[in-house]
Amino acid sequence: MKKSSNTLRKITKTYFPCLLVTAMFIICQIMITTNAMPRTTKSMLVPVCVYIVMAVSLNLTVGISGELSLGHAGFMSIGAFSGVVIATYTREVFGFSEPAQLLSALVIGGIMAGIMGVIIGIPVLRLRGDYLAIVTLAFGEIIRNILNCIYISLDGNKLHFAFNNNDIPGTQILRGPTGVTSVEKIASFLAGFLLVLFTLLVVINLIHSRSGRAIMAVRDNRIAAESVGINVTGFKLLAFVTSAFLAGMGGALFGLNYASLTPANFSFNASILILVYVVLGGIGNITGSVIAAAVLYILPEELRGFADYRMLAYAIVLIAVMLITNNARIKAFVNSIFKKNKAKGGEQA
Amino acid sequence: MSTFLSNLISGVSLGSVYAIIALGYTMVYGIAKMLNFAHGDVIMIGAYMCFVMMFNLNTPAFVGVLIAMAVCTLLGITIERLAYKPLRQATSLSVLITAIGMSYFLQNLAQLIWGANPKSFKSVIPSGGLSLMGGSLKISYVTIVTIIASVLIMVVLTLFVNHTKMGKAMRCVSEDRGAAELMGVNVDLTITVTFAIGSALAAIAAVLMCSAYPTLKPTTGSMPGIKAFTAAVFGGIGSIPGAMLGGILLGVIEILGKAYVSSELGDAFVFAVLILVLLVKPTGLLGKKIHEKV
Repeated sequence: MKKSSNTLRKITKTYFPCLLVTAMFIICQIMITTNAMPRTTKSMLVPVCVYIVMAVSLNLTVGISGELSLGHAGFMSIGAFSGVVIATYTREVFGFSEPAQLLSALVIGGIMAGIMGVIIGIPVLRLRGDYLAIVTLAFGEIIRNILNCIYISLDGNKLHFAFNNNDIPGTQILRGPTGVTSVEKIASFLAGFLLVLFTLLVVINLIHSRSGRAIMAVRDNRIAAESVGINVTGFKLLAFVTSAFLAGMGGALFGLNYASLTPANFSFNASILILVYVVLGGIGNITGSVIAAAVLYILPEELRGFADYRMLAYAIVLIAVMLITNNARIKAFVNSIFKKNKAKGGEQA
Repeated sequence: MSTFLSNLISGVSLGSVYAIIALGYTMVYGIAKMLNFAHGDVIMIGAYMCFVMMFNLNTPAFVGVLIAMAVCTLLGITIERLAYKPLRQATSLSVLITAIGMSYFLQNLAQLIWGANPKSFKSVIPSGGLSLMGGSLKISYVTIVTIIASVLIMVVLTLFVNHTKMGKAMRCVSEDRGAAELMGVNVDLTITVTFAIGSALAAIAAVLMCSAYPTLKPTTGSMPGIKAFTAAVFGGIGSIPGAMLGGILLGVIEILGKAYVSSELGDAFVFAVLILVLLVKPTGLLGKKIHEKV
């Protein structure tokens, strides 16, 4: 009896982010049905889901695998644009229903980003530390530059691709620097929630698997891990590609939530924004990423009352949080409270 | 031939600006082991200061440049003392996020003060230029001044680092901060001086850059900042000659790539070359080899 309650507690602890997200989803749904949610907040639900997916997937690279990546928005953009193209294609050619379009867009968007992850990961993961960071930054910029030159059009049942040349037959879907316009917005909050749940399950199960332990061993001590026979590059690549795949899915959902989207939406600053969520949520902490992404996405929107001072306030909050969490005195203070609680808990048990 | 030469020269000129900015990145990285993402925005503030002095207060150009340098130096020191110094013991990611926060802060501050609309910066250097090869090759004065200024800065900085007491302290701190502290080097002062020098150089780079490309916005500094950072890594981050070499090569590659490959893909070309170099030499062109101890 005691054993089973322990297992249950363990499972609850492991899958806590999933439970949290489900609870948040139910609360939001209740608020929507009772009309308690303002329209502006309602329009933020899908982007919040997308950014949770982005933050959790980046946390897999930065926190679990320990590689600083500054090009996460690159994968997002690949997912977004391939997702929009696939959704349009399946609608026009196969006459798919909306959920089927969305599903195929998410899967293909994820796969495209995953393929890019393999292409980038194989050379890049040989580098270390800041060099890896700058190369991921470079790849993010290259992806954006190349997307600026790609034109895709649909002519009957055929997709046409062109590079740096807008002279292709049929209706153009992707138009270089103009990106995609008049997209049918088929992303829904339910789809966003399911994607978040899927991402969390993938990441949590990966972390708690044999592979996950290998990835963390590589992070903590590469040489020791290698000496016990762990395939360092292989496991780094596994984490990187999974992260890219999930980012691609998030991107596809993001792309199908807006009427128009340009490659400029996925600049270096977008990558940095996601990294900020991960760091403020706690590196390697999945629940933290979920909360930070949700709060920090909504915060600047809700600060609109400050108008021009909005981003200034955001910047100050960012710096202040970093200074406060790294202050030795405050840390000691928090630790002392934490220890007291722990000691009390010990006595009770 | 003359088009190629003129492209090459404008590449060297753009590269010189990158090199001056990259010096700031590389010195700070070498000594404080942090990526100062706010450096690009210090450049932007420098350009705005020079703009205000010259066009709102009508001072002569050299006063504008000096004031810009002074303000940037002060700004660099203030940022270092307020935001980075409390984080000396923190993880590198916390410092990185603080630097990003600082960068947002400066950009938004500039937007509040000067507005988001681009301002047109008038060159501090007389327009016109030299005509060579019977008029087929024109080199503007801006280009010449930029190249001369960067060479001068390089020489002075090398002399400073190699032959003064402070320079010696900098080299010590970059090699082993703990040991330097034990030997009586004032580490905090050394880091502050590094920030001051880097920021003053950023002001010079700002004026030269805006003289050649005369639009000024709150985001003016970010792209050159990223590229200069790339240049610093390209040459081997932490190495002063490396930053110079990396900057100039990057400028030449960018201009030649834009001229002969594709004008849209110029930036992609720069980053692709960077990746290729790092794959062959993982610590950059002039970077030191890292020996791994087990």
